[in-house]
Parts: sequence; structure tokens; C-alpha cells
Amino acid sequence: MSTPIQNSIFSPELAARFDHLPTIYPARRSALVPMLLYAQDELGYVSDAAIAEIAQRLDLTELDVASVLSYYSMLRTEPAGKYNIQVCTNISCMLRGGYEILDHCKKKLGVGHKQTTPDGQFSLEEVECIGACCWAPAMQVNYDFHDELTPAKVDAILDDYAHGRSKDVK
Amino acid sequence: MPRLVSHPDEVKVISRRFGLGATDLDKYIELDGYAAARTAAEKGPDWIIAEMKASGLRGRGGAGFPTGMKWSFVPKQSAKPKYVLVNGDESEPGTCKDHLIFLHDPHSVIEGCMIAGLAIGAKTGFIYLRGEYRYLLNIMEKAVADAYARGILGKNIFGIQGLDFDVITQTGAGAYEVGEESALMESLEGKRGVPRIRPPFPAVVGLYGGPTIINNAETIAAVPHILRMGGEAYAKLGSERNGGTRLFGISGHVVRPGVYELPMGYSLRKAIYEVAGGIANGRSLKAVVPGGSSCPVLLPNEIDVGLDFDQMGKAGTMLGSGGIVVLDDTVSIVEFALRVIKFYQHESCGWCIPCREGTDWIKKTLTRVHAGAGEVKDIDNVQYLAENMMGRTFCPLGDAAAMPILGFVKKFRKEFEEYIAGQRVDAPILPPSNLVHIAGASH
Repeated sequence: MSTPIQNSIFSPELAARFDHLPTIYPARRSALVPMLLYAQDELGYVSDAAIAEIAQRLDLTELDVASVLSYYSMLRTEPAGKYNIQVCTNISCMLRGGYEILDHCKKKLGVGHKQTTPDGQFSLEEVECIGACCWAPAMQVNYDFHDELTPAKVDAILDDYAHGRSKDVK
Repeated sequence: MPRLVSHPDEVKVISRRFGLGATDLDKYIELDGYAAARTAAEKGPDWIIAEMKASGLRGRGGAGFPTGMKWSFVPKQSAKPKYVLVNGDESEPGTCKDHLIFLHDPHSVIEGCMIAGLAIGAKTGFIYLRGEYRYLLNIMEKAVADAYARGILGKNIFGIQGLDFDVITQTGAGAYEVGEESALMESLEGKRGVPRIRPPFPAVVGLYGGPTIINNAETIAAVPHILRMGGEAYAKLGSERNGGTRLFGISGHVVRPGVYELPMGYSLRKAIYEVAGGIANGRSLKAVVPGGSSCPVLLPNEIDVGLDFDQMGKAGTMLGSGGIVVLDDTVSIVEFALRVIKFYQHESCGWCIPCREGTDWIKKTLTRVHAGAGEVKDIDNVQYLAENMMGRTFCPLGDAAAMPILGFVKKFRKEFEEYIAGQRVDAPILPPSNLVHIAGASH
């Protein structure tokens, strides 16, 4: 069994979830990828302290955890913006203006790929196919999908986030 | 929200509950939901597998393996627990069909998963969605919780003593490779998603070492409908050896992009020109990538072909994941090929050298060609690299990267040569700034 956690770095709600999650699987380690995601959702990124606690909870080494973390493109070890904008430029989006949307975001926010605005509000990423090909061009802001985009629509969407008018799926 | 579309030629089986509020359990039951699972529980594994074999259903993830046969490979007796694993890691560029199934009909995935479990004697099913589909995981998790609360999942389901079935849902965290079945199992076991060598096949040694069947989410969602209407009736909807219907996502330069449910064997030409309304903006057709980005491209004179696994194979391409990407005459194939290989280079897990090195060198070479510094021998070199990736890797990602590239350089060799000789497109999609980004991308 894993070592009991005394002073969790996570909120009491997330710590309770992490107490339970490994027990639903035939092997505790199966909870690793979901735990990394949920840790990132709460902290904004996967910190060294998060890696250490997750390793302890799953009886893994920190190296094991870091190795798995580094494999998955959605997991990050540095903070992103409060709203991380992920613009798809893969083939279906490319054919319907995905690069135009990406360039528009770059100009509007004044940041490039994997960069964050100085106020920490927005970060931008060019991403591979997000599974919205028939509603292209598409992007995600955190976990929310936005599709059939035009530069004007992007302006309105980002404005809503900037003024706290958008939902934020967790 | 993803727009729902409709066309008179559609035969709605899997999509019949889309837009009808079937995420609600009562609505799902009202629309014949969970009746097939109840019948399956009463009639038993032999009946289920016989119906599945009769249905002619073939795997909707892209490989097209007969589902009933796959299930029959699972040993009846096993010292280790057996599992069902639903692959919802939909990541093949051009493919967004499972997105709609999770969004509109989550219980059909649960019900199909239960029936698969009943067929092979598994008591646990996993439903794994790609990490980007968090909002769809939330929909799936609510559906699972509702099913437990109603006694449809858990212990003694449908009031039948000893009939237990549990469902565990989770997402990945961003990795195309995890859509490959053995890498998917690694990911679910909390590891890097690198493929396993076969044999042993998952039906014998799979998740946690137990016999496991892994099916695409659309395949699983079709199962309750097959039992509801009967395997033979389902088979008759499709073409020879290709039973039923499937969800085709038509995207790119068409008038009405969308996910349409068409009978297997339906004409590709009609799918583009009638169902999706033809080429947008009065342009003409240049090429079609018929089943997700890994499928070799078809030319305008090659689209009089039926959309099933065998006819597409005969046409020198694949039915794949059913993602039909349509390119009009403004597209530069040099640019398109570069964007395709950039994706596979990014997603190669690096486990097998031919794939890791092959995708990287093809990307580097095509980047140079695209930048205007290419030579004619680069075309041969790209073809040589791609041919040497084929069949030399643990998993099909190496082939998936090589096949479309071979298609582009063989069918559009003249365009590559003209590009190298200085002839460019009027309106490039990848502007130079993006080219620099792609050339130096480290993400």
C-alpha cells in the first residue's frame, strides 16, 4: 500500500479525490494520467511538488511520474495563461482557415506559440487535430471547444473570456 | 457546439438518437435503450457472438477487422480477469465521429460495452476518451452514474443474480499514438503510450495481463442496434462483407461539411457531390483523402468507388476512420504533404527507429522543398524513406505516416517537380512565418 499523505499540496477536495481514484482500478498506477491532469487543472501546471506527491500516492518514483508526464502533450511543467488558447491547424482546419485564426490570435494577443500574455490572462498554442474537423476551423480555450471560427468570432470569444463571461469546463 | 447535419440518403442507425436528448437516461430507455443488453443477458454469449458475426460489422477505428470474430478469439476460461476497452481516443486527423456519439448518445457506448462484456465474460469495461474531450468525459461520467443509480451497472444488473458489470471512464492527456490498441493499454496502465509487440494479442494477453477486447467507440455504439434489429438485417444495410452503416465525417472544401451516416459501400463521389453538397466556392476537386490523414490520396478520376473496406482497398487506399477530407484546386500538395508529415513526426512516440527517424527526415526534406530550396532528388529521397518505414514498426503509426506521403509523391510527382523548378501556388496556406515555425517546432 502507498504511504498515507499527511500534508497534501492539493485542495481538500482534490486530495480526497486522489485518495479514492487509485482504488477504482485493478492496479493503482492506472490513476496516474488522470491524476496528472487533475493536478494541472488545479495548479495550472504540474509542479515538482505535485510530481512528488503523486509518486508517493502511487508508490512510484518521481522519475517514473516525470517520464510519463513528458510523454503527453497536454501536460506541462510551466504555468500557462489563465485561458490557454489551442488553435488547431491540422488538415481539415488548415483547409478552412486554421492558420488565419492562429495568426489572428498571435497578432491580437501579441504572443507566439506556447507564450503567455504579460498579464497572465491568455496563452497561445498551435495544436494538432482536436476532433472538430467537420466544424473547422476550431480551437479550444482550456477544455472548451469553439468551432466554425472567423477572426471576428475569435474576437468576441476572447472578449468574453477577458471579461469573465465564459463558462470554463473542468 | 458541433452542428448536426442531415441528408435524405442517410440511414440513421448509430445516429438515430442524435439531437433527441438521449443523454438523459429516461429518454434513452424510451428510445429502445438498454433493451438489447437485457436480451443479451438472457440469451447469453453464444447468441451474442453469432449475431455479431452475422452482422458483418467491421472495426470502425480503421483496421476493419470483423468484430464478432475478434470477440470469439477470447478464451472462455481465464485465470486472470477479462476486460473490455472502448477506444475513444479519436485522434486521426479528419475524424470527429466519436465526438458526436459521446455528445449525443453516451448510453449507447455503455450499453455496447456491457454487451461486449457479456459476450466474453468480462465484468469490467473501460471507456477511454482523448484528453481534449473533457466535456465529453463529463457527459459520459454522468451517464455512467445514472446507469449505476438505476441498477443498470454494478451488481446483479437487471435483477439477475451474479450478473455484475462495472464501467470505468477516463481520458488520456494528448497523444495520437495512444489510439493504437497496445499503446492505449499502456496508457491505461499509467505508462508512456508506447506500443507492445504482438503476439500475444490483446484477446489473450491484454490489460493487466488479462484477455481484453479493444473496440472503437463507434463499433461499440453499433452493437446494441445490431442486437435490436438482428445481425442479418444490419448486414443487409451495407455491402458485401461490409455490414451496416457508418459515420462518415466529410470535411475540408465542401459546401456542407458534417458527419453523415451512410450505408457501407455508398459512392464516394455521391458522398462528396450530393451528400456534402459538392466543392465549395465554385472551385473544382483536386484530391480526396478518403479515410483520415493516413489514407493515400485519391484523384478526381478515382472517386467512383464504394465506401467500404474492400472497395477502398482495391482502389489503392483505405476506408480508415471514415474521415473524408476534400481538397479543392487551390491546395498545394507540397504544402499539404508537409502539414501531414509534420503531424506524424510530432506524434511518433519514438519507440521504433524507422518511424522516429523516417518521419523526421521526411519532414526536414519537405520543409526544405517547401521553402524553395528543394532538388528533384529530394522527391526520390522522400519516397525511399517512406518505403523503408513500411511494415518495419511495432505499431501501424509508421505505415500511417508513410502511406499518405507515398500517395502524394507518386500521384503528384509532377507538381513536386514544378514546385522545385520554381512554380508556386497563388495563395499559399502555410505562410512563410508558419513555415519557419514548423521548421523549428519543438512542441
